Amino acid sequence: MPRKKDMTRMCFGRSWSGLLCVALLCLAGLGLSSVAMGAEFKVGLVLDRGGKDDKSFNASAYEGAMRAKSKLGIFLKYVEATDDNAFEPLLRAFAQRDFDLIIGIGFAQKEAIKKVADQFPQKHFALVDSIVDSPNVRSLMFEEHEGAYIIGSIAALTSKTGKIGFIGGMDIPLIRRFEMGYTAGAKKINPQITVIANFVGVTGEAWNNPPKGKELAVTQYEGGVDVIFAAAGASGMGVFDAAEEKKKFAIGVDSNQDWTKPGLILTSMLKRIDEAVFTTIQEGQAGKFSGGVKRFGLASRGVDYSFDQYNAKILTEPVRKQADELKAEIIAGKIDVPDYYKKH
Amino acid sequence: MLAQLLASTLRVSTPLIFAALGGMFSERAGVVNIALEGMMLLGAFGAAVGTLVTHSPWLGSACGMGAGILLAALYGLFAIRLRANQIVAGTAINMLALGLTPFLCKILYDVTGSTPPIPIDQRFRTAPLYLSWVLVLVCWVWMKRTPSGLWISFAGEHPEALNAAGIRVNRVRWLAVLISGALAGMGGASLSIFLSSSFSRNMTAGRGFMALAALIFGKWKPVPTAIACLLFGFAEAVQIRLQGVSLLGSKPIPVQFIQILPYLVTILVLAGFVGHSRAPKAAGTPFQRE
Repeated sequence: MPRKKDMTRMCFGRSWSGLLCVALLCLAGLGLSSVAMGAEFKVGLVLDRGGKDDKSFNASAYEGAMRAKSKLGIFLKYVEATDDNAFEPLLRAFAQRDFDLIIGIGFAQKEAIKKVADQFPQKHFALVDSIVDSPNVRSLMFEEHEGAYIIGSIAALTSKTGKIGFIGGMDIPLIRRFEMGYTAGAKKINPQITVIANFVGVTGEAWNNPPKGKELAVTQYEGGVDVIFAAAGASGMGVFDAAEEKKKFAIGVDSNQDWTKPGLILTSMLKRIDEAVFTTIQEGQAGKFSGGVKRFGLASRGVDYSFDQYNAKILTEPVRKQADELKAEIIAGKIDVPDYYKKH
Repeated sequence: MLAQLLASTLRVSTPLIFAALGGMFSERAGVVNIALEGMMLLGAFGAAVGTLVTHSPWLGSACGMGAGILLAALYGLFAIRLRANQIVAGTAINMLALGLTPFLCKILYDVTGSTPPIPIDQRFRTAPLYLSWVLVLVCWVWMKRTPSGLWISFAGEHPEALNAAGIRVNRVRWLAVLISGALAGMGGASLSIFLSSSFSRNMTAGRGFMALAALIFGKWKPVPTAIACLLFGFAEAVQIRLQGVSLLGSKPIPVQFIQILPYLVTILVLAGFVGHSRAPKAAGTPFQRE
């Protein structure tokens, strides 16, 4: 049987990584093929490495998709990438199946989305936090600097020591954008304030290293800082632990994290990824999907600060009032919030 | 300031010391242990779950050590019993731990990211820090002054001689690998219930390999190894404090440069000193009685 022989040679001639990819794709395909056939709108969600339970960035995206599932009756399948090389096969596995809309969460998926979207021009894609210039891709961008500006002002208004901190995951433009807005907002309230900025790491692990986040926070608190804004994914949990031990304030990010340590999380900078994801799915289902960049800022409540029963006692009325005034001024265009993306 | 730097150094090096001492037992007995990272990770998970169930960090860390021992037993099965290549088997163990922990997490708590947080009064405040240094002393005495310490050394240096003396080499190696798992598990436990408040995915973030480097730098001896861990911890603590500090009043030193400090120290130290450091002669070679 010459044909079988050729097949064998072809298979084993390939590199192991190739084989592994094929195996992975088959597995992913198997998982997806169990999908029931039907006319319902199918959404594939590819989460970042933090996973759906990071209580922050991915959790917000997952929440939006789940809301769409229960409210709009769509079919939802989500996967969590374990490393950056997994994005492309995962996205492609969705695209090859009968999924109508594929949503990638996180800037790390930019190249993978670009590649897969160009290969499947009839499918719709959405990407959070990065811009892909393809007609079938919607880029969901948040004006983090605006939200961070308000957070900075809240931190400065609450701080008694005149020293506030910032702990980012990796030193990347996105996180610098948070930091720049935060610092500007704090300086608006108190021009003499000191802002100490630290970063957890240089690799993707930086988003998932709570012990390091805690050590950074302890160092800042010991140095006189009394409010820390953590924009570090799951590493932020370590910052909250430090706040608990030192009885100081911390500020959450992306999702509302006030509940994780009631009375210690001053507020959270909300990034309504859930809203963006929900709206995208809703429009997709209604046949109104459009490509291009969608921006979510303070005006559209895409970014905001949180206020609920968990921080009601610590986020005082006068502080909220001032923050809301600043918010109105930014929306009215009276304050020019520095944007790292535009300055670099 | 100096006291805080010292405290920070000691905290950061605690998990490294446990794991490196664990690695010492296994490697001195002739089994290369690249699987420290995986054992730490499963230990961190076991300790978090154990503490959540028993509400005691002591029982929790016992669970962490147990988890490390379980994984070490699997490693021993491949590396000692089946005489597999130790590097390959060790890498497999690391990958297994990486996948197994979120899987178990999903089964137990229906989340893949991290275990539920452990309340502050059920976490360690300082105990593992002191314990790690007590352990350094115990290991030093053990390796230097007891017959079993001598057997371990011989299993790694001259297994034939040990065999000729009537001691079962592989039994000694099994013991060493299991101790190694227990200590690496304790290292993981100090990550999840001492230095943070829950287990989170891949939270070891390369600390197992740092421990391995410290072990090599410390010439496979307990006290120098612990000092090497301290050095890495110190580099990390300094790194944290140097972030954003400006030199000569100009722009701050780029944070990426500062963050490579611990790794730079690792490379410099290994390149500079490992020349004088010699691995146990039979490390990596499975033993078979003729």
